[in-house]
Amino acid sequence: MEKKISVKVCLGTTCFVMGSANLQELIEMVPKKYGEKVEVTGVPCLGLCSIDWEFSKAPYVKVDEDVIKEATVEKVLKAIDDKLAAMN
Amino acid sequence: MAINTPKQTSHLKREILVRLIRAFLSDDFAENARLIPYDMRPKGHEVPYRCCIYKERAILRDRAVAGLGHSIEETDDSELLSNLAEKALERTQPDEKPLTVLTTACKGCVPSRIYVTDLCQGCVARPCVNTCKFGAISVINGKSVIDPAKCKNCGMCAQVCPYQAIQKIIVPCENACPVGAITKGEDGHAKIDFDKCISCGKCVSACPFGAVHEKSQIIDVLKNIKAGKKVIAMVAPAIMGQLPCTPQQLKEAIQELGFADVYEVAQGADVTTKTEAAEFVERLEKGAEFMTTSCCAGYNELVDKHIPEIKPYRSDTKTPMYYTAEIVKKEHPDAVTVFFSPCVAKRREALQNPNVDYVLNYEEIGAWFVAVGVQVSECGESKFKTEASAEARNYAVTGGVAKAVQTLLPEEIPAHPVIIDGLNKQSIRDLKKYAKNGMCELGNLIEVMACPGGCLGGNATVNAYKPALKQLTNYVNASESLKSTEK
Repeated sequence: MEKKISVKVCLGTTCFVMGSANLQELIEMVPKKYGEKVEVTGVPCLGLCSIDWEFSKAPYVKVDEDVIKEATVEKVLKAIDDKLAAMN
Repeated sequence: MAINTPKQTSHLKREILVRLIRAFLSDDFAENARLIPYDMRPKGHEVPYRCCIYKERAILRDRAVAGLGHSIEETDDSELLSNLAEKALERTQPDEKPLTVLTTACKGCVPSRIYVTDLCQGCVARPCVNTCKFGAISVINGKSVIDPAKCKNCGMCAQVCPYQAIQKIIVPCENACPVGAITKGEDGHAKIDFDKCISCGKCVSACPFGAVHEKSQIIDVLKNIKAGKKVIAMVAPAIMGQLPCTPQQLKEAIQELGFADVYEVAQGADVTTKTEAAEFVERLEKGAEFMTTSCCAGYNELVDKHIPEIKPYRSDTKTPMYYTAEIVKKEHPDAVTVFFSPCVAKRREALQNPNVDYVLNYEEIGAWFVAVGVQVSECGESKFKTEASAEARNYAVTGGVAKAVQTLLPEEIPAHPVIIDGLNKQSIRDLKKYAKNGMCELGNLIEVMACPGGCLGGNATVNAYKPALKQLTNYVNASESLKSTEK
């Protein structure tokens, strides 16, 4: 069994207010698009926003160990595609 | 229909608010406010949006001016943010005009007009030439050309072109405004005519450059809390779909910011429902053909400024905000009251109501949580003293008000609701028609919401529409129906 790609959408207060509210659609969209290959979850604060002024780079999404700053749906999908391409 | 599409401009506006709140809470508000544009665009920083770093800083400075609650139009460009921060502290009342336009941020879009693109094939059928009632189109060198002196911007040619080669160029703010209150001034920049403006907030959402700002009252509220006043939050129903936590956690989180107590405006909505249902019965018994709701502040301002003829048909029942504020001031005469709003329009309503001292929108509340690091989903749960009904909590969703009123109507006087899901030029024409004819062929209870989707689609909401609706609906479903409490 292949290792799944893990996508964690931060739904902590900072990320939510700064834009991850609009990333919630990923939670429905990703399984439809990638099926079993990718696992996506909304998670409580990843702790990335509390470092100095890093709230301004929120929302954050983690794709495996890679952190995506100022995440958008497009950025996350691209990161998943790149990972999948690298695995093949 | 897209409601609450993600926007970089929202990110910028919220970041400014977070920084202003942190500046206020720091030991040197004025100086830290002055530094905001430099902190956000320090020397050597990339220039993501504008021509140069200086322009970016100038715009950020203006965004901070609006965040401090000042009018850009009335503020001198030379004034330092530090002075303006101090002036914000001296203010005793919020400004009359709730919006301000940043000329620095305004693109000065090209005027709205019909434009023939390169896709024009110079076809033989030439439906554009034949359709134009004003003789404005001729074919020159194998392409359709519009004579601007004759064109009336009707857009018929664009509709008939088989290649979709003719486009209407729009100015987003002008196009979004349902009442023609925002237009390009002589200098090409947007300008709001407040005699016409109904504070619906559509221009705020529409401008792709984020040039229209609400004048924030956040500093005024922070100041009152810092002064140890008893500040009470009144949260409009839409808020329960806005943040990643339960309503009870949200109450606790708001109290952590320094608010003495939190009331659901749904509590006042229950009074609105009862009063409005009784009024509906009375009006119909007296022979009225229809009645419109009266809880949306944007609609109320529309009626006052643009459709006075519909006034006799608008319910005289007060808004949920009105009844809630009345209850709060009765229970706590010494309290400073703050209404938490999804939109601009409630700012105008609050100005006319002595029981409401300030208004904060959901973006401002969100920014406040970010600024002080409140993790809403980790807050404890705090119960509301008075529980509102399911119907009242559903006021924020389009159709919710009519549904609530229906719940309390006697069987012999049924309502046939007509839902106006968002004000635009067409729905305003419809309303005018109902007023003129003294009847509405579609029904007898007209619910009007200025925003598509209801308050959840307000210009200052934080959550995307679908998840917000889901979250709010869960809360509504877990609440007791008016029916069971009334009968």
